[in-house]
Amino acid sequence: MPTNNKKMYDKGMVLAGLVVFVVVVTFPFWYNLGKAAPPPEPVLTEKAKAAEKCVESIEFMKAEHMQLLDVWRDTVVRDAKRVYINPEGKTYMMSLSNTCLDCHDNKADFCDKCHNYASVRPYCWDCHIDNPKETE
Amino acid sequence: MKSSRRRFLKLAGIAALGLGSRPVVDAAYAAVGGHAAPEPKIGRQPEALTAKQWAMVIDTRRFESAADMEPLIEACHSIHNVPHFENKRHEIKWIWETEYKHAFPGKENDFLPWEVKERPYLVLCNHCENPPCVRACPTKATFKNENGIVIMDFHRCIGCRFCMAACPFGARSFNFRDPRPFIAETNKKFPTRMKGVVEKCNFCAERLAEGKIPACVEASDGALVFGDLYDPQSEVRQVLKENYTIRRKQELGTSPAVYYIV
Repeated sequence: MPTNNKKMYDKGMVLAGLVVFVVVVTFPFWYNLGKAAPPPEPVLTEKAKAAEKCVESIEFMKAEHMQLLDVWRDTVVRDAKRVYINPEGKTYMMSLSNTCLDCHDNKADFCDKCHNYASVRPYCWDCHIDNPKETE
Repeated sequence: MKSSRRRFLKLAGIAALGLGSRPVVDAAYAAVGGHAAPEPKIGRQPEALTAKQWAMVIDTRRFESAADMEPLIEACHSIHNVPHFENKRHEIKWIWETEYKHAFPGKENDFLPWEVKERPYLVLCNHCENPPCVRACPTKATFKNENGIVIMDFHRCIGCRFCMAACPFGARSFNFRDPRPFIAETNKKFPTRMKGVVEKCNFCAERLAEGKIPACVEASDGALVFGDLYDPQSEVRQVLKENYTIRRKQELGTSPAVYYIV
């Protein structure tokens, strides 16, 4: 006679334990369901609003500002070229503190808001002055 | 369908044709008028000063005491956010004063004129034409730029201090501490440095880009002369032609670009 090897020992305990395990592991997901932190809305200063367009288009700046800044720092430091002329022919000095923060002088409400949300910590501000206009 | 060598070769040929047609199609598209977006341009300010090798001549006869050098050092250190540390071991210096025996070791003849031996000497990075620090740097953070300036890319510096060991002039300082609390008055137009990077004189690259001469030269009232070493018409060349000059540790072959009239 073939042995019945389909018998499950301690069925109740095992299944209950599995349910508890699944619930505990997925707890953070269903507990926070629908409570995602809203994406931050960076605040534009009056000067930035008046300019309407940044160095490049807003879509480009949103997606690629880090690549742009990377190109800027390399060309300024290594190639000694400091002028950026955008496709419309407008001229900018390639400087984080003196050009970017000239309009966006609200680093806390502009840069930090999104960076904190996305948990990125750029080390620009270890050296570059983050409040060029503030007088102490 | 039965696959055969003949059929395979036919298919491969058609596929190769298709791949090769891409540049042709692109060129045709461009010719028809579908042009690419305009590219941004990068350049120099029109007023930027450029040179093959920037050089400096220091007329040491014009500096009788440390007080005569103070305005020059202050001009440099204040615009470049150079911190001031009381502790000598943390000291950061871009331009400083030293004694004859330290500026020109090996040139200490007996019975030198008293004033030559005793007067203070202004020293800074020599922006050597053959810089040993550049060869020592493992990350190319320090390099010789197209104007002959030995300059630092602080973004790349990993703080290994090989360059400090390589420099025979002690022109480089290391930030053992965060320099920011030790900067008396921050120049907001210029960045500071951070803990863990090496720094030194940059021959005022940021001022040259705007068409200005270095801050120490501007503050020196003619005691310092600045110009292109390879431009026969430059002021530096005129001064070098008319005066006997010496350079620091010339025998090491680094070819310093800072000359001294003694």
